[in-house]
Amino acid sequence: MINKIAHSAGEAVAEIFDGATILISGFGEAGSPIELIHALVDQGTGNLTIVSNNAGSGHVGLAALIENRQVKKIICSFPRTAISVVFPEMYRKGEIELELVPQGTLAERIRAAGAGIPAFYTPTSVNTTLAKGKETKVFNGKTYVLEHALSADFSLVKCHAADKYGNLTYNKTARNFGPVMCMAAKTTIVQAKKILELGQIDPECVITPGIFVKKVVEISDPADESLLVAENRRYPWI
Amino acid sequence: MDLRENIGWPVSEMARKVAMDINDGAYVNLGIGIPEMVAGYIPEGREVIYHTENGLLGMGKVAEKGTEDFELVNAGKKYVTAIPGAAFFHHADSFAMIRGGHIDICVLGAYQVSQEGDLANWSTGDPNDVPAVGGAMDLVAGVKTIYVITQHSTKSGESKIVKECTYPLTGKKVVSRIYTNLAVIDVTENGLYVRELAPDLTFEYLQKHTDAALSQYNAK
Repeated sequence: MINKIAHSAGEAVAEIFDGATILISGFGEAGSPIELIHALVDQGTGNLTIVSNNAGSGHVGLAALIENRQVKKIICSFPRTAISVVFPEMYRKGEIELELVPQGTLAERIRAAGAGIPAFYTPTSVNTTLAKGKETKVFNGKTYVLEHALSADFSLVKCHAADKYGNLTYNKTARNFGPVMCMAAKTTIVQAKKILELGQIDPECVITPGIFVKKVVEISDPADESLLVAENRRYPWI
Repeated sequence: MDLRENIGWPVSEMARKVAMDINDGAYVNLGIGIPEMVAGYIPEGREVIYHTENGLLGMGKVAEKGTEDFELVNAGKKYVTAIPGAAFFHHADSFAMIRGGHIDICVLGAYQVSQEGDLANWSTGDPNDVPAVGGAMDLVAGVKTIYVITQHSTKSGESKIVKECTYPLTGKKVVSRIYTNLAVIDVTENGLYVRELAPDLTFEYLQKHTDAALSQYNAK
């Protein structure tokens, strides 16, 4: 019988191992699976490579995972915001590695991994420092740069509604990297605001089909990262 | 002399000039900061659909205080609204719209623009800065027309319109038109042509404050 429902965030992330590469959804706080990330902080799993568009804000969520020294490398497009303090400080001290990837290239590398495409040519970053050392090729008179698929051991994703088959829907711009990240990891772990009975999600409205999802945990009242940051909260909660 | 404050057009007028050049029915992506102001000056009767690369086509105005939705943000992570007829989509689709040439116009800020239309707007190359690129390189690589809106000079008075960019490039030969507080300048195969001068400025004054060579349309 297929039942992908986990009973707690801790249970959902239990198989994540030291040294794993993890895709984490979200564009800033929108779509960031903060409860799953906090469960990973609780678990203490280390030496992680994290792929996420940003590098966390304040001292919660992804920033807490970094501050807890569980992350050796981050692959992202925009690692600083007005309220990111942890990553910039550690980066300047040389305590964390950064691979900077243009945002669309990041999304496509992840999508390619999920779709069985090992590499692709893109016009993005041609003639820039981010294309340095990469193969290029001319198609129809225009130069493109070779980029490789970005797969992972795990992905942590936040969605809106899920069912026990792992079918998912999202909410507004919180969708962002979720669907491609679900496709690209060996094990996709999802936190859903609600878990519905089979059939309650209209098949026409499923955004991520359940085949891409391994585990779903219901977090009905997820924390709002920006409120926690505004209150200068830290995880683990003091 | 501070070129930024006292001479030429105010930023609002620069934004209005960009807006006048956006056609009815265009799909438009506005960069973070001053480019966002352009939306406020689209002439009555023109319908423009705004794309924000984090997954929304049909972005509306900034959300009013008290109505913010943490899961409805723009590329600058500001709380925004969606218009009736809007669509949400994931990041790979969003950048397919960009890279695939489906977005008509993108308006960006700049550190430097070269006479060939090269753009530098993501990094000053300062090793103390944490590098961050976001979607800038994808936008210039894929959007059909790139407009730049920027002050003509830096705070310290250096021309931002240069022979060759000294800051790291975002893209090569990508900018079509530059809107500054002093002039509107076209990037053409034959170099930079001044399309419009701010009131009370002479071409000679503009050239004196511009590193790159400028030409005038209709010049003998």
